[in-house]
Amino acid sequence: MVNSTKSYRNTFIILLGALLLIFIVNISLGSVYIPLKQLFLAFIDGEVEKESWKSIALNYRLPKAITAIIVGSGLSISGLLMQTLFRNPLAGPYVLGISSGASLGVAILILGASFFGATTAGFAFSSWGHAIAASLGAFLVLSAVMLAAIKVRNTMSILIIGLMFGSLTASVISVLAYFSSANQLQQYLFWSFGSLGNLSWNEILVLLIIFLIGMTCVIFIIKPLNSLLLGENYAKSMGVNVKRTRNLTLISTSLLTGVITAFSGPIAFIGLAVPHLTKLLFSTSNHKILVPAVAISGAIIMLICDSIAQLPTSEYTLPINAITSLFGAPIIIWLLVRKRKITY
Amino acid sequence: MSLKDQHIIKTSNLSIGYTSKKNVNTIAANLNIELDKGKLVCLLGKNGIGKSTLLRTLTKVQPALSGEIFINNTNLKTLNSVDLAKSLSLVLTEHLPESNLSVYELVALGRQPYTNWVGNLSDTDLKFIDTAFEQTNTKHLINAKYYELSDGQLQKVLIARALAQNTDIIILDEPTAHLDIHHTIETLALLKKLAKDFHKTIIVSTHEVNLALQLADILWLMTPSNFMADSTENLIENNCLEQLFDSDLIRFNKTLKQFTLSNSD
Repeated sequence: MVNSTKSYRNTFIILLGALLLIFIVNISLGSVYIPLKQLFLAFIDGEVEKESWKSIALNYRLPKAITAIIVGSGLSISGLLMQTLFRNPLAGPYVLGISSGASLGVAILILGASFFGATTAGFAFSSWGHAIAASLGAFLVLSAVMLAAIKVRNTMSILIIGLMFGSLTASVISVLAYFSSANQLQQYLFWSFGSLGNLSWNEILVLLIIFLIGMTCVIFIIKPLNSLLLGENYAKSMGVNVKRTRNLTLISTSLLTGVITAFSGPIAFIGLAVPHLTKLLFSTSNHKILVPAVAISGAIIMLICDSIAQLPTSEYTLPINAITSLFGAPIIIWLLVRKRKITY
Repeated sequence: MSLKDQHIIKTSNLSIGYTSKKNVNTIAANLNIELDKGKLVCLLGKNGIGKSTLLRTLTKVQPALSGEIFINNTNLKTLNSVDLAKSLSLVLTEHLPESNLSVYELVALGRQPYTNWVGNLSDTDLKFIDTAFEQTNTKHLINAKYYELSDGQLQKVLIARALAQNTDIIILDEPTAHLDIHHTIETLALLKKLAKDFHKTIIVSTHEVNLALQLADILWLMTPSNFMADSTENLIENNCLEQLFDSDLIRFNKTLKQFTLSNSD
């Protein structure tokens, strides 16, 4: 901590290098083979051999890679904040039902559109509509879990409560689904599979703006989060406004999780697993190091998952949720098995 | 005899306890404490008598039922949380949440009231952290993770964190609860040294009555009906310690200045 930025500089440089590398690998993968040189030419607006290559590079691969970076960073940061706030190493946006809350928001918007009549229909399909509904849903569930967490301190109980909120929202969604049209249902189902590749540049802009707002909130709670590592009472005794910190954390995590879930669907395990991997790598709990480190690692791991989703046949893309679960679930099991060492 | 401005802590007609929707549960009333700087105070009383409630009220964790508390002549109600954190630090009994904190990072957190918005440590901060390690003789531990420490080491490190906070007053809630006799004496002796050599005002709640009788400058005794605050000698002189435990099993031996078993002599 004395020379924190110095001693971690090398690790950061390696991480950034890895990010660049996997970014290049990611955009070079896809159903159509495009030589790296041609890709590069497409990005700098040069002469590309085939016009379709340019279109694929600029309108599909680049937006997808950028989405992966934002989604990975945002979900991982959300997970980090929740783990510190709940004093719970197993907290994360997906596990605590926050992603389900965001899903509920989107489900009410898409599936409930018929209830609200035609006036909301236009709003329901707009990207801002999704973002707002999902953030509200995430905030609602997160506040409910937070209230429960104030009463129940036990790690497992909070996880089970999060699970219950997940089931609750799932059942509300199935009731909504039962009453909606086939068209609406299909739209919702496609959304819920999770995907990084369906975003237009406009939607990415919305995603980026809200991501940056959320991250700005995060920067202001780095210091109080560090004192919360000693528990609320110590934090208060060091002059920390715990209530304000908790509110800012709730707002930034619901914004990040909400808007990401709105655009890419509920994505499992990234928010839980990435902070742990980063803490292993950096062996610190100092949020001044962890926040940038988790953001970069999240982007790297999301890009890796997306690249794996592209690999097998190159003709089809595997659902991104399948890959993140394949990678995340074993990590949770491993964490529980070596429980003595769980730290956050 | 002492002037008003010499009291580091002063209370007037302080009542402590809990309020719920239905009723007010008063634990102690009309406390008029006047405490001078640089004293080691041991707060003694049976389990459940309200020691923690008193400490929580003095540290603004919970509100007083009535009356006023003055820290360094400033009313506690008007002190904001950062200013309070600069005059009063805590060592608590509760378990620390799991984390990767190193001993150095943990102690450095004591500088939070003084650091900038992102928590960068200045040269002054580094100096205070260094001094805290020296005063508690824990410099060899700085690279360890806090969860690797023994209970005795952890207690010293937590005291170092409070020292890094550079406050006139340090309040400790049962710091010796998990310690063996060796580490208990070591911890209390350290607190005595901090009070004597560095003019810290230290308030400790403890069940180590016999050690408190030997080490404390001031005793605060809490009984169901009474609160007594005075120097150890005066309290012994006035037969106050006999009231501490209304038990047949234990009694205060005035010549030994110790509590002993009732049938031991």
